[in-house]
Order: sequence, then structure tokens, then C-alpha cells
Amino acid sequence: MFFPSSYPWTENETLGEHLERRGVSRRAFLKYCGELAVVLGVSQALTPQIAEALQKVRRPSVIWLQLQECTGCVESTLRTSDPTIGDLLLDLISLDFNDTLMAAAGDAAEGAMQTAMKENAGKYILIVTGSVPLAADGMYLTMGGRRGRDVLEEAAANAGAVLAVGACAHFGSVQSAKPNPTGAVGVADIVKDKPVVTIAGCPPIADTITATVVHYLTFNRLPETDGEGRPLFAYGKRIHDQCSRRAHFDAGQYVEAFDDEGARNGWCLYEMGCKGPETFSPCPIFQWNSHTSWPIGSGHPCLGCTERNFWDTMTPFYNRLPAVAGFGVERNADHIGLALAGAAVAGVAAHAIATGIHRSKEGHTPHEPAVDLPVVETPAEKSKEERHD
Amino acid sequence: MTKVVVDPITRIEGHLRIEVEADGGRIKNAWASSTQFRGIEIILEGRDPRDAWAFTQRICGVCTTVHALASCRAVEDALGIDVPPAGGLIRTLVHGMQTVQDHVIHFYHLHALDWVDVVSALKADPGATANLAASLSPWPNNSKTYFTEVQNRLKSFVDSGQLGIFANGYWGHPAYKLPPEANLMAVAHYLEALDWQRDVIRLHTIFAGKNPHPNFLVGGMASAINLDGTATINAESLSKIRDMITRARLFVEQVYWPDLLAVASFYKDWAKIGGGVPNYLAVGEYPENGNWRDAESMYLPSGVIFDNDLSTVVPYDQEKVKEYINASWYDYKEGDKVALHPSVGETIPHYTGPEPPWTYLQGEEKYTWMKAPRYDDKPMEVGPLARMLVAYASGHADTKEVVGEALGRLQVGPAALFSTLGRTAARGAETLLLARRLETWYDALVTRIKSGDTATFSQKRWSPDTWPASAEGYGFLGAARGALGHWVKIQDGKIVHYQCVVPSTWNCSPRDVHGATGPYEAALMDNHPLADPKRPLEILRTIHSFDPCMACGVHVLDAQGREVTQVRVKG
Repeated sequence: MFFPSSYPWTENETLGEHLERRGVSRRAFLKYCGELAVVLGVSQALTPQIAEALQKVRRPSVIWLQLQECTGCVESTLRTSDPTIGDLLLDLISLDFNDTLMAAAGDAAEGAMQTAMKENAGKYILIVTGSVPLAADGMYLTMGGRRGRDVLEEAAANAGAVLAVGACAHFGSVQSAKPNPTGAVGVADIVKDKPVVTIAGCPPIADTITATVVHYLTFNRLPETDGEGRPLFAYGKRIHDQCSRRAHFDAGQYVEAFDDEGARNGWCLYEMGCKGPETFSPCPIFQWNSHTSWPIGSGHPCLGCTERNFWDTMTPFYNRLPAVAGFGVERNADHIGLALAGAAVAGVAAHAIATGIHRSKEGHTPHEPAVDLPVVETPAEKSKEERHD
Repeated sequence: MTKVVVDPITRIEGHLRIEVEADGGRIKNAWASSTQFRGIEIILEGRDPRDAWAFTQRICGVCTTVHALASCRAVEDALGIDVPPAGGLIRTLVHGMQTVQDHVIHFYHLHALDWVDVVSALKADPGATANLAASLSPWPNNSKTYFTEVQNRLKSFVDSGQLGIFANGYWGHPAYKLPPEANLMAVAHYLEALDWQRDVIRLHTIFAGKNPHPNFLVGGMASAINLDGTATINAESLSKIRDMITRARLFVEQVYWPDLLAVASFYKDWAKIGGGVPNYLAVGEYPENGNWRDAESMYLPSGVIFDNDLSTVVPYDQEKVKEYINASWYDYKEGDKVALHPSVGETIPHYTGPEPPWTYLQGEEKYTWMKAPRYDDKPMEVGPLARMLVAYASGHADTKEVVGEALGRLQVGPAALFSTLGRTAARGAETLLLARRLETWYDALVTRIKSGDTATFSQKRWSPDTWPASAEGYGFLGAARGALGHWVKIQDGKIVHYQCVVPSTWNCSPRDVHGATGPYEAALMDNHPLADPKRPLEILRTIHSFDPCMACGVHVLDAQGREVTQVRVKG
């Protein structure tokens, strides 16, 4: 667990024993597992299996490494607030190293990390936020007098799973925007000998992080991901296809200026530069801060922050999509979305292949472009295309 | 002379290294080094100025609104945009709640463990803890049952052997002075504050879509107001905000402020330690009519204090801000000895330190990625202490009342403020002032809406067609951690120059050409103890009292600094 906010789970008991000790009823636990199935996008019929698997897991060690970043991802995790997911999931791990929150500093902090890595070698979950600067011989980030890259490589070497959390760990985020003065790259550019699951977003919604950890514990493997290494249960759909304002797009009702009549009626923000049509993200479904709202819900266009290089490909942020770099030809939102959906499906196949490669211990590149794979169109998307043509 | 290195300094934002020399239990010399550089300003060049808030916001995810707001102000200043009052008041509320929430998180989750011994709380008598808590505050959770429950949780946590974030703390250090009951009370509130902070910050989510990194907009705010709408700011969302504001105030009045005064009463010796730089700068903040250019409308005043002299507050003039790089890993075209105003600032990163792994940076001429900002050629402390001192010395009634209450309860004079404890107490005082003031700003917004004035955004200069060929702007902000300034130059619709001078750059600044140390360094050399070099708890107390934000502090790059110079490692 992160904090002693509930009964700690001791090292030698299974979750089942732990829950029994803290007085959680079987019924409440099954209800939780059912809700988890919904979050993870699997059938409710799997609930008993999830429960059975979860009951057997033991509390894992988590090392959270913060590299070149702004701490927004840790702050986001602090906002995990669904009482079910928050309480149980935060209770699922032992956070043995986290710069922002740990009591120890200096040598004592380094010592805590070394101990955790040694005692849990091959098993600990490594969460990385922040990018790795490679320019100037790596001197744009040192920690404890060592290059950030060296610290990451050491921590990743014996990790059981690696989670790249946030846009910086995904691809370098804002500091990697052109001209990328520090040569910032994402975690998967450094850690190449094991799969890296990417929790995309600037920052990501905390529930996505915790749900991914639970998936790992429950099924003893990382979730299926797309070509960017993003779990499909969270990043499998475009914002545009889940948007609460979608009906206005279809009806041709657009905000033409901020605070105009359309804005005051909650119409579609496509004309204001919304990147929802080309952004795969759970924002509209999970929403933010205890399901309070989300960017489009509060009237601002989506910036596309779950997509690679969005600081360059999605800017200027307030320009309508076809004028955005990378889309030279005038195309409507569905065309763009369709192309990207195809890329995502191809990415899934690429990941499946890459996972196979990993199993044979020959390496893995989560964001490898999948040029040779066929683009699969779903019937729904096909019909949209025909309609707009 | 013992050399001590603390790297990483944890429970801060970012990457900070402190080196000191100590002798006879006292710190004799200190160096503060920021060990991360990201170069966000160069990335801004050539971009749409309306996008700059989003880029600069990512400088920091802890004080996640402040750069976005300062950036919007700078661009609005350059383009001559006036934000409508309702939009301006929404910003005041968003920023106000940010500061309140940020200060509370700092106290409980980043700073408290320097004063509170978690393990000692196991020895507390829950009944006596309840009596102690009830004597301080009417907070409803202060029962024996409640503290027993918290203690049991803590006990099973410690028994588990997996201490997680509490592993390797300096528990049992002789500098911990609180009785077990006070420790238990503080641990309980550490946990409560975790729940509280994620609740009240939802004000950002309603007005700006999410937190961290809520959405801003040059010219106003994107959340339209329509009381009859279902997808806008309406009566329902306003009432939720009203409730959050109330819960924010109650927690600060009944938990944070009483806890702070209770803890401080055991550490009064720290009112004579860790003062350091005697100059304080505040830029003023919280426009109560929504117009940040109207100095009269600022709730907290601006001004500068020199040499701890509370009888004189000098008006702040941004032209007097300059930055040195003589001890920083940068070059200036005119050499290392000059200081430059941010509007013509340049940054050419040039690492000249030792090859990692480092043993010591002390003795190096250059030892940090922080520049050294100076005001009128003097180092300045910025932050809640600076703001409270400027307000107190300016006769600001609310500040005099709250600071006076704290001084009276602790039975110390105003000079006690120039210290580590004073810094920590001033942050609490400011939080109390702001938590109470949020309701006033909310009422002002509702009054506007009632009168039909619901505009949140100005369209007038939105289109680049309406902009002058070239423009220059300055935006300031009294951010949680202190005075923040953004300087922008725009040409033909694009940014050509961007500079930020940031609170943690002021406070973590290295030595300047005159040899004057920055506030962190000076504070560590001001009557500062260090009992056990292997367990440098005292260093953490003073450094955390500033609430460091390192990602914020390191920034800059201009058109001339575009080329990233290759590293030259000293042999």
C-alpha cells in the first residue's frame, strides 16, 4: 500500500487472508471484483476467476522512479478517489521507493531502494515517471550524483514488470517537443529487454495506473496493449467515439467561439481545435477526480495528451484538426479517426508478436511501427466512412 | 570539518542536492544544487502564444496552475487582452484553492515527517490524544475511538515489516520533540488530509476539466456559465463548489492551523534557526475583481523588504530583476560576470561539473542548473513568509490578526518570523487567510452571475489577425511558493522569446558574483545545528520549510541559446 490508510497487508499473507483479517465480507469482495471486471473491460462472467486469482496474490514491492518530469503523475495518483478502487488498490502494493512521499532522504533513501531491489529481485513492479535526457552525455539529470539513465537501467534490470506512467515516460513529453534540447526519450527507448506498459496521458488518470497494477496481479501478466504499449482496456477507443458531446458533432452543432451560444449549450468543440477524434483515452468514461468532470466536459478542447509527440503533432492546440501538422489533406474527423483506429489495431497485432518475441527472450519494442500488418476496419467505422463520403 | 551530502532531498518536487560542511554540531557552509534541466523556453519559440500556458504548465505538476496563469497573463499583457470579470474571478478561485490545497499537502505530506515521529505515535494513549485534540479544536473526529483505530492501523503497518514510504526515516532522532500523543494526532491528520486534498481540488475539475494540469485559456476561461445548461457551470456545479470551499475552510481552521500551532510550540528553538537572507519580495496576488492589472484589487499586497526591516516596504519594480550565472552551468555571451534582465535573458546550458558519479560538488566554481536571480542586486527570499512579512509590514488587517494570533500563542515577537519555524508558520497563516477568503471570491462571482454578467472569455483579440506585428508582455503571479514572472515576446503571431523567473530559482539560487549565497544556502548557515551527520534531519527541516519545487526552478533558453553545447567534463 501507499499509505497506512487501511489495514496493511503483511508480507506473508495472501490477499484472501488479509481481507478476511480486516473483516471484508466475501460478498463485498466479489462486488469489488465485478466492478474491476468492468474497468478492465472483461466479461462479468470472469468475476469468480478474478476473485480466485486476487485472493492468492501477495503484496508486491513497488519502486517508483521519478526522472525528468514535473511530479504531476504522482500528484494525479494522490487523487485516486474511487472508494472501491482507491482503498483496495492502494492497499495492494508496498511502495518502497518514491521520491515525493518517502520519509527518508539522501543515503537512507538510496538504501531503501537498494534493499527493495535486492529483496524483491525479479518480482518488483517498477513504475517510472519522467523521461531520460540523452544529450550532453546525460548530464541534464543526475540523482544521487549518478546519471538518470544509469539509475533507470539498474532499476529495470531486475524488475518483474515496468510501467511507464505519463507522457514523459511514454515518449519524453514536453521536454522532447521540438527541438528537444535535452534529447529526452521515453522509457521504452532505454528498457528494451522486457515489455514496457505505457499509461499514457499528461498526466494519466490515476485509476488507469491502479487498474493496470491489479491486472498484473490478477492475471499474472500485463494487459493487452496497442502499438504504443497502452492497455486496451483504457486506451482502446477514441475520445470522439465516447464523447458526451458526440451527438452535437453528428448534428453539426459546433462551438464557433469560446463562451458563444454553442459553448453555453455544451456543443461540440471540434471547431475550437478539439483533438478527441484522434486521441485514444479513457477520459470520457473514467473522467477525472472522482468522476467530477473532464476537459471537454468543462468546455475546453482535448489537447490529445495520450498520443505520442502531441506537443508537436497536435499544435497549435486551437487549430481545427485538418490544419494540424501531419494532416495536410483536408479530412473530416471520422477519416482521421479511422486511420488511427486502423493503426491501433495493427499495433495490437504488433504487440502480440512482440510479446511472443519477448517470451523467446529476444527483445521487445512496444511502439515498433507495424507497417506490414493489415488494417482491420470494424463494420461500424466502415459505415461511418461511407456515410461521410 | 565534516562534509555531508544529502542527495536526493526527498519530499519535494524534483531533484535537489544539498552539500554542507559541519563542525561541532553546526553547519559552517552550504551548497544547494539542482540536478535536472529541461529547457522548456526554447521549445516555446516559434509556437502559437495561445498554446504557451499548456507548455509552461508542465514545468510543474505540484503547483499545477501557476505557470499556466502567469503565462496567460503575460500573453494577455502583450496583446492587450482584458479578461471579463467572471472569468477573472474563476481564475482567482482556481488559484486560491490551488494554494490552499498545495500548502496543506506540503505541511502534512512533505514537511510533517521532519517534526512528527511516526513510530513514537505507537506509544500514545488514545484517550489522552483525544483530550489533547479536543483542547485544540472542535473537529468532529477527535474521539478516543478514532485515535485508537488510527493507532491500530499504524501498529499493524509497522508489524508488517514492510514500511513502504516510512522505511529508513530518522525515527527516534533526538531532535524529535513531540510527545507520543501529539505524534498520533498528526499521523491521523496526515491520513485525513489525503482524503481532503482530493475532495477540495475538484473545484479545478469543475471549472477547468481536471487536476493535475487543469485547462486554461488566453482571454478567460473555457467553462461557460449557463444556469439553465446541463453541460456548463450551472446552479448544481456552483453549489458543489460552495461546499468544497466550506470544507476547505473548516479543515484549515479546525485541523491544519491548530496542529501547526501545537507542533510549533514544541519547536520554539527553531524560531532562532534558519533565517538566512534578510530580504523578502512579494508581487501581490488574488485580484478580487478578477483584474490582475489592478494593483488595488489584490487581496495580498506587493512589496520588498530589505535587511529584516519591517518598518519599510519598498514598491516592487520588475525592471530590477536580473539573473547571474557565475555559479550555474550556463554561459552568457558577455561572459559569466554580468546579470541580465529576463526580457533580454539568455541561457546557453554548458555543463562543466565533474564526471558522475559525483562525490562532492563543493569547491566547483559552477555547481547547479539554477540561475541566481537578484533584485536590486540583492538575493531575495520569496514565498509565504515573504508575502506575510510584506502584508504584515504594510498593515494588512487580516494578516496582522492571524500572524498576531500565532505570535501571541507562541509568545514570540515578529523577529521570530525570520527563521525555519517562521517560514513554516507563515505558510499556515497564509492558508488560513486564503481559505477564509475563498468564500468572498465565490460570493463575488455569484453576484456577477446574478446581475447577468456571465461572460468568461474575451473574443476581441483571439484571432492572430487582430495582433500587432510585434508585442512584448510581462505576467506575474504570487504563486504558492513565491513570486513568479513570465516574460514573452511575440512577433508575427509566434513566440520569439520566453523567460520565466520562478520562486524556487530565487530560493535555491547559488552564489552570485559578489559571493552572496541564495536563501537555502544562507538559511543552512544561520545558527544551524546538525547533530548527526549520518542522519541530517535538521537539514530537511530547513530545506522543506521553503517547499522546494526544483522542476520549476530550472528553466530558460532563448533564441541565442538554441544550440545545446556539448558537455565538457573536467578531467
